[in-house]
Amino acid sequence: MVTLKEVIRVGIADMNIVKEPETIRTSGLGSCVGVVLYDQHKKIAGLLHVMLPDSSLAKNGSINVAKFADTGIYGLMELLKLEGVRPMSLKAKIAGGAQMFQFGSSDTIRIGPRNIEAVKNELKRLSIPIVAEDVGGSSGRTIEFDPSTSMLSIRTVNKGTVEI
Amino acid sequence: MSFDTPITDMHLDVLREIGNIGAGNAATALSQMLDRKIDMRVPKVDLVSFEGMFDLAGGAEEIVAGIFLRIEGDLSGSMFFVLSIESANRFIQKLIGDITFDFNSPPFSEIGISAMQELGNILSGSYLSALSDFTGLKIYPTVPSLGVDMVGAIVSFGLIEISHSSDEVIVINTEISEESTNGTESINGHFFLLPDPSSYKTIFKSLGVM
Repeated sequence: MVTLKEVIRVGIADMNIVKEPETIRTSGLGSCVGVVLYDQHKKIAGLLHVMLPDSSLAKNGSINVAKFADTGIYGLMELLKLEGVRPMSLKAKIAGGAQMFQFGSSDTIRIGPRNIEAVKNELKRLSIPIVAEDVGGSSGRTIEFDPSTSMLSIRTVNKGTVEI
Repeated sequence: MSFDTPITDMHLDVLREIGNIGAGNAATALSQMLDRKIDMRVPKVDLVSFEGMFDLAGGAEEIVAGIFLRIEGDLSGSMFFVLSIESANRFIQKLIGDITFDFNSPPFSEIGISAMQELGNILSGSYLSALSDFTGLKIYPTVPSLGVDMVGAIVSFGLIEISHSSDEVIVINTEISEESTNGTESINGHFFLLPDPSSYKTIFKSLGVM
């Protein structure tokens, strides 16, 4: 019997979690970084679409935790814990952080590399190993994670779709 | 949204007028370039989420040709001129007289890229000089840069500055299109002007509505 798989969509500066057989997807990552945290055995995963490296950059009081690498990864881990996932069993796959344009203020030009660095630092701090990554470059990416296979598929405009 | 002052209907009218004057001037320039009549829609001013901004430009995953520049000077912000791939192709084909030019099959010819960049220069230059004349503000645009990629990847870059203080953005959106003879062969594109939140006061003051 064929069952239609539902795809959970995650917008920019947003996060969500998924259980098999559903998959989870975010579209049009440029300088943003998509972070997948998953438990291979429980077949549960979370996806976060990070826009900025550090919540100390926020200029207003209340913040959207999913916008920043530091607050977002921690927040996603907490969401997964509510589903009974142990932080020890989490692994990560990451994609994005492109340098789309070569101008702007110096902070903005390097936003892609800075996002990648911040994501890696936070994952290291939380002792979550990065199993695979597709970061940098100058192309946008659409990514989809399948918790039943732990594979992350990445589509770019010029290179088609690859799986990591 | 962290604006210092509440945005009223009168403020929205002022922002619409900016779209009107800027895009009107750019439409005239485009019309001269193509020697065709160019129509302009009534500008829309919306307060949208970042995802909503992508939707206005065709959806996060849609592939477009986007010309992007930053504005500096008395006011700061981001500006985009976004064309569907089909519209960009038709435009370049007309401009360089080469019907084989196609943004779907890279690498692109140098003359095609340079024509697209020139389109960006002329349209953004005429939009912003009209805006500068109208407001009396000094506006320094960066050199426009061309990206052919997913809407989300291109447009999010122009939201970085705004995202430090907000999760929503006010966008002045003006659509222009070539008047088509048979309804199929038309070029249409959108101007998106996204002033940084810190610049609203400057705009409203310059036009005497604050």
